[in-house]
Amino acid sequence: MQRYSALALIKQSLNGHKGWKPQWRDPEPKQSYDAIIIGGGGHGLGAAYYLAKKHGIRNVAVLEKGWIGGGNTGRNTTIIRSNYLFDESAALYDHALKMWEGLSQDLNYNVMFSQRGVLMVAHNVHDEQSFRRHVYANRLNGVDNEWLTPEQAKAFCPPLNIAPGMRHAVTGAALQRRAGTARHDAVAWGYARAADALGVDIIQNCEVTGIDRDAAGHVTGVRTTRGRIGARKIGVSAAGSTSLVMEMAGLRMPLESYPLQALVSEPVKPIFPCVVMSNTIHAYISQSDKGELVIGAGTDAYVSYSQRGALHIPMHTLEAICELFPIFRRMRMMRNWGGIVDVTPDRSPILGKTPVPGLYVNCGWGTGGFKATPGAADLLAYTIAKDEPHPINAPFNLERFGAGQLIDEAAAAAVAH
Amino acid sequence: MKLLPPRSPIKGSQEMLLIPCPYCGNRPEIEFAYGGEAHVVRAAAPRTVDDTAWTEFLYFRKNPRGDHAERWRHAYGCGRFFNVKRNTYTDQIEASYRIGETLP
Ligand SMILES: Cc1cc2nc3c(=O)[nH]c(=O)nc-3n(C[C@H](O)[C@H](O)[C@H](O)COP(=O)(O)OP(=O)(O)OC[C@H]3O[C@@H](n4cnc5c(N)ncnc54)[C@H](O)[C@@H]3O)c2cc1C
Ligand SMILES: [Zn+2]
Repeated sequence: MQRYSALALIKQSLNGHKGWKPQWRDPEPKQSYDAIIIGGGGHGLGAAYYLAKKHGIRNVAVLEKGWIGGGNTGRNTTIIRSNYLFDESAALYDHALKMWEGLSQDLNYNVMFSQRGVLMVAHNVHDEQSFRRHVYANRLNGVDNEWLTPEQAKAFCPPLNIAPGMRHAVTGAALQRRAGTARHDAVAWGYARAADALGVDIIQNCEVTGIDRDAAGHVTGVRTTRGRIGARKIGVSAAGSTSLVMEMAGLRMPLESYPLQALVSEPVKPIFPCVVMSNTIHAYISQSDKGELVIGAGTDAYVSYSQRGALHIPMHTLEAICELFPIFRRMRMMRNWGGIVDVTPDRSPILGKTPVPGLYVNCGWGTGGFKATPGAADLLAYTIAKDEPHPINAPFNLERFGAGQLIDEAAAAAVAH
Repeated sequence: MKLLPPRSPIKGSQEMLLIPCPYCGNRPEIEFAYGGEAHVVRAAAPRTVDDTAWTEFLYFRKNPRGDHAERWRHAYGCGRFFNVKRNTYTDQIEASYRIGETLP
């Protein structure tokens, strides 16, 4: 692997930057691998990287039907935080947040992780009670989170409107200072490059169309648009398409796939110092390093794989943004898109073994799995390598629905998040 | 990548669905509430159902890419529930039918 550093940059600049090599190979698929990951998003690429790096399983392929990072990894608003209510969730998301803190160094790739703080704005008594409960629960779990008055929130985020006459006045806010954003594409590319350097084959334009099993039901490989590829261990990390992939192994899932939209504004000078989320009036906003306001909207109401949604959904969000930040009322929006998110009944992910031997699944991250990328990848790799879940992901098994052991972050947040 | 086929009965790519209520006719999506997969039947005697079947009923859904039978309620119209057959890839609505009727 060609290492990146200030010195390398200077050296390359001397010969007109003609010496940079491609960041990963473009190999033909082999006949078989020790493990296959279906889905080249951040989660799948990261899982391949940790399989190679931490578990010595290097004969691995990541199969991606389009281009890597072209799914939700490249479509999300990159909010990273770990202030979830339940003990299991706090452990899971904070595992990821800790990994984010060292990720650029580990990958030798700048993922532009920026701990600028995430402010969750409260508008009513219910919000306030729920957020304060989160603050206390988080602190007991060693996760930072603090309660701010409206004035303190405005001091932290000056564009915020806290006028009492607003339709949805700001009554306070919860702030996680360690939370922030990262550069989505760099996460996919950084993992791809680092995994490739350890021997992982990254195979794009390779759609999995079937999963083969032997007489005992154990997986033996996959059928793809680029031929059959054998493997005794298969990890599925296909986000919105998970139900379709699992059906190839005869499994039904507790998932529904919905379009989730985002949009960006014209770029402007730095004006927005942090991330602000309002669950109640449904607005998520930050500013990218390019200067665009990055705005997250809601999901469409119905199951769909169309990868776009209807205009009234982002309009609703923009109305909320204009009220919270009147300064943005005249900004123009440049682009709007959708991704397909896989949502579980309790809004917590599923990460573990499946009833099919040799088949592992990482899904159900829904509207909020970018923040978990390094953690989910690490835990999926662990589960595949050891054929048993790590204690952190053990509660997030597929059996919890039948057992009634839901991890109900849906009820805890009362909205998509 | 393949280009997506045109969306829904309304022309243009970003407009909301135009949903045919079997009682009121075509109305814009914002008049409706989505009710999830149709024809998920609650067992007449839940106590006789085993855990697997009960879990399936509560939580597991088809979630297909393609034809999907789903419930909608004309919440800001006649208020009634009915079923729609929609393609979840194109979002094209193929039929709507009353509760109790079978999928056309
Ligand atoms: C608009 C939007 C905003 C969001 N905002 C946030 C946010 O602010 N913070 C946050 O934490 N999360 C957010 N999310 C959620 C987050 O994007 C996802 O949870 C996360 O990126 C999932 O990562 P992944 O690697 O599992 O999935 P993806 O990046 O979607 O990767 C899955 C890959 O599998 C591939 N695939 C599918 N089927 C097959 C097949 N049959 N064969 C081969 N490959 C296949 C797909 O092409 C895709 O590339 C948002 C999502 C969207 C859509
Ligand atoms: Zn009606």
